[in-house]
Amino acid sequence: MTSPAVSGPAVGEPAGELLRVHELVKHFPADRGVVLRRAAGRVRAVDGISFTMRRGETLGLVGETGCGKSTTGRMLAGYLPATSGQVTFDGTDLAQARRADGRRLHREIQMIFQDPYSALNPRHTVGTIIGAPFRYQRITPPGGIRRRVQELLEQVGLSPEHYNRHPADFSGGQRQRICVARAIALSPKLVIADEPVSALDVSIQAQIINLLTDLRDQQGMAYLFIAHDLSVVRHTSDRVAVMYLGKIVELADNELLYSRPRHPYTRALLSAVPIPDPRVRKERLQLAGEPPSPLNPPSGCRFRTRCWKAQEICATTEPLLAGQDARHQVACHFPEAP
Amino acid sequence: MTGAGQAEAGTAASRPFLAVEDLRVTFSTPDGVIKAVDGVSFSLRRGQTLGVVGESGSGKTAMSLALLGLQTGRTARVSGHIRLDDEDLAAAPKSRVRELRGSSMAMIFQDALSALHPFYTVGWQIAEAYRAKTDATRKQARARAVEMLGRVGIPQPAQRADDYPHQFSGGMRQRAMIAMALSCEPELLIADEPTTALDVTVQAQILELIAGLQAELHTAVILITHDLGVVAEAAGETLVMYAGRVMEHGSTEQVFAAPQHPYTWGLLGSVTGLNRPRRERLAAIPGAPPSLIDLSPGCPFQPRCRFEDRTGGLAATARPELREASGGHWVACHLPDPDRAAIFAAEVQPAL
Repeated sequence: MTSPAVSGPAVGEPAGELLRVHELVKHFPADRGVVLRRAAGRVRAVDGISFTMRRGETLGLVGETGCGKSTTGRMLAGYLPATSGQVTFDGTDLAQARRADGRRLHREIQMIFQDPYSALNPRHTVGTIIGAPFRYQRITPPGGIRRRVQELLEQVGLSPEHYNRHPADFSGGQRQRICVARAIALSPKLVIADEPVSALDVSIQAQIINLLTDLRDQQGMAYLFIAHDLSVVRHTSDRVAVMYLGKIVELADNELLYSRPRHPYTRALLSAVPIPDPRVRKERLQLAGEPPSPLNPPSGCRFRTRCWKAQEICATTEPLLAGQDARHQVACHFPEAP
Repeated sequence: MTGAGQAEAGTAASRPFLAVEDLRVTFSTPDGVIKAVDGVSFSLRRGQTLGVVGESGSGKTAMSLALLGLQTGRTARVSGHIRLDDEDLAAAPKSRVRELRGSSMAMIFQDALSALHPFYTVGWQIAEAYRAKTDATRKQARARAVEMLGRVGIPQPAQRADDYPHQFSGGMRQRAMIAMALSCEPELLIADEPTTALDVTVQAQILELIAGLQAELHTAVILITHDLGVVAEAAGETLVMYAGRVMEHGSTEQVFAAPQHPYTWGLLGSVTGLNRPRRERLAAIPGAPPSLIDLSPGCPFQPRCRFEDRTGGLAATARPELREASGGHWVACHLPDPDRAAIFAAEVQPAL
């Protein structure tokens, strides 16, 4: 990162710590039958993940469909209750703080969604949408809500004249800018961005990524940047966590993860990303099959059914996220050499 | 994937198998006429893959639907020539196009869940498509469906043929749709964003599958995508579209190694390829694609182009025609060739 003011040294000194997630779990009940519903098991969407985030840090959370990355984001934002686990945000227990004063937490943790078409009420004007956080929190910014909203519009690259327009008047990229303006309206400490550019065109994706980077440099909020492939996250994140079937399999500083991936799944994920250069012909680590069901995950290491390195121990003992180097942790019995 | 080898492999038939000339698709709406496809020409040989790159609204899908004779809406007008194996589809009666569709040409769509019928089993749907184009009996068609499901890598195809689409995962549905499209061994396959809805590891599997079947059946493939990485890996030729027009067309090597059009430069700058050095800021293209109703008389990319002031005002007033800049590499831009090369070398390439 080139902005030393915002991101400090690699590992979190407790003083700079914003978020601590410990053994966070989310199981959804899975029912069978239409009339007589009976429990058929539990979908282990998120199954015990731990990580920390520093103030002003961007953590990329990457994984494929169904790995639990969005569920994690939704739990942190307070849209889903956790099954178990502990989250400490800004020094206090998140669940307790939410029970005591849930409204205050929405000032501090905000979310940006993937689909800017369904994230905005089509009947409201842009002014109403971006002004909503102020009204909900009963905050009157200096100069009034209207003026602050118009400032926010300019800050995200729209024009103050857009105040009275409706979402339908805007393109996908502009709508995502509106969503960003609403998310940063109350200067949150943590913004959870769930695939914020996946629904946008290539040329617009770059605009939104740049906007998010600029806003962080100005305001110093932390981002949890959720994405399904490793290429977008590379440009935005200080650290990256890779998830597979409800577990974090690798968590490392950006440079380390991309230059020396240690978990076989991370390597496969990296090698699956197509390179926009026909002269580059790379050896592809092709993964066979598809991820197993989170209803009934494999014993031991969850990746072992698709892993080319799997041995007996992988079926019996679950590898824990560990590593001598705190900047690079991996949950694998046979990781690549660091 | 053998992007480089495809051009040579296709020379068995030296004449192009598909030739599109000045294809136009317009829709009349109360607000005016939308020119979705505005004079597109290209040709394709057997066994070759053409990658069509463009953003939403660039006309990629409108074009492919027109090629298959599926632009049948009352407001749609299609003009130009579409020659498939020397037969002009644009002039042919609808019944003839319908006959060819499915047997000689087929399409794979982005969203396999909405392209498959939820009430019928996957195997039944593939067999039905096969029976519509051949004289096969139910039994033969069923056997063919199972065979095709096996060929696209569905495990236990005989059992899975009796599953409904919702019982398949996203990647398997896409495989099933490929099985259906290829059941009659078409000579032209149009794949419209076939992997966009899929995870990257599954995307790699599907692209490999299409390439393998293509090599086996010697199919001509039009691969429509917004992902430059997919084009670079899978296509021998690349066509860049913007606002319904062809901006640049050449071999994939040419387009990626020496891109000619400022729009292509912008696209290449916007992508987050893993081969690029890591940057805090990406070189985004400012603005958004234009409305297709009131296009300016000039270049459609002019409002977003960083270099339009170097065309002597031409970009705003005259439409650039597609010309050959170097052997087999075509570009529609007013910048003079030497200037373009100099700008690319000095101002664009260092930022990529």
